[in-house]
Amino acid sequence: MIAFLAILARELRLSVRHGADTAAALLFFLLVIALFPLAIGPEPEMLGRLAPGIVWVSALLAALLPLDRLFGADFEDGSLDQLLLSGAPPTAIAAAKTAAHWLVTGLPLLLAAWPLAVMLRMPDAAVPALLLGLLPGTLLLSLLGSAGAAIVLGARRGGVLLPVLVLPLTTPVLIFGTAAADAAAAGMSPRPHLLLLAGLLAAALPLCPLAAGAALRNAAE
Amino acid sequence: MLKAAGLAAFRGERLVFRDLDFAIAAGGALTLTGPNGAGKSTLLRVLAGLLRPIAGTLAWNGGDALADPPLHAQRVAYVGHLDAVKPVLTVAENLRFAARLTGGDIGAALAALGLGELADLPARMLSAGQRRRLALARLGLSRAPIWLLDEPTVGLDAASIERLAGLIAAHRAGGGLVIAATHLALPLSHAGELRLG
Repeated sequence: MIAFLAILARELRLSVRHGADTAAALLFFLLVIALFPLAIGPEPEMLGRLAPGIVWVSALLAALLPLDRLFGADFEDGSLDQLLLSGAPPTAIAAAKTAAHWLVTGLPLLLAAWPLAVMLRMPDAAVPALLLGLLPGTLLLSLLGSAGAAIVLGARRGGVLLPVLVLPLTTPVLIFGTAAADAAAAGMSPRPHLLLLAGLLAAALPLCPLAAGAALRNAAE
Repeated sequence: MLKAAGLAAFRGERLVFRDLDFAIAAGGALTLTGPNGAGKSTLLRVLAGLLRPIAGTLAWNGGDALADPPLHAQRVAYVGHLDAVKPVLTVAENLRFAARLTGGDIGAALAALGLGELADLPARMLSAGQRRRLALARLGLSRAPIWLLDEPTVGLDAASIERLAGLIAAHRAGGGLVIAATHLALPLSHAGELRLG
């Protein structure tokens, strides 16, 4: 637990010092979403219908951006060896990195999604369902993403491999997340979809750091 | 007492060494020599528990050292050929993170390698030798009995090598042991030598 907090604190400090890198994912999210009304046209009905999908896909892609450096920087400068030799279990190292990714990328995306959904003319009834879905959704993206990032660590062209590995794993998250917002927009309850997302989160929460920890140990060899 | 018997390791697809046997008693030192690519760094990674040997055993005080890697990690202080220094953090912040994980007093550790005056400087401003000293300053924090050093003197000036020698001597006097891979003369008294390759 001490190791978890120490690593998390260091990650947050590094994120603040690397301000531009940290803001890049959020800016990417804002820009991609701003492009859709230009491409599709400004009709409110069409945009509102597409809004949940636009926000979700953009969040998915934006969350991928910092994953390449999540373990990559520590791997290249020797810090990963020192982390593994600190006596902290690899699972705790992976969990701290995952938490840092969510706090630095997932949470800002979640907060930015609100004004952006309004900008896309999403029906008022659907906005809370979208945000409620993004809460477990962004956590799942951090969990699956950091497991993927640990697995491709040390591989040639790991940055290219990473989306190919992670994006298919995130399809259930995308399906239930958009379905929750669509259900709310159609006047139905988003509850079953949100519960399914919560179920996915309950499974990923212990499994992804375990997988990422094992992959880190493997990458150090 | 660290005792290796019949150690062999792969690096990638290549068998880098096999049938290595050595034993180091408390307070002892071993230097690893040999040409580039002989497996010195690989052996250090095996001894640190980062790389699993494909054959042989490593025993620490009679028990299997590598049975529990996180436990073995607490017995080891490793300075690899990479410095593991974050350029955007200050010298003190870099070391404070290590201290939160392993304990120890960072003021004393910085002073031991003559980094006291640089404590508040961002690590990106350091020269290569100063960065190496910061990496070595982690040894001053550590209470681990086994020190594994991969080319510790690269980039160091004569005064810093003296400081490092003092640090190592104090560690050995306290019953610790040191294994160092080196091309350059490292002032180690009564050190055994293991020639690889």
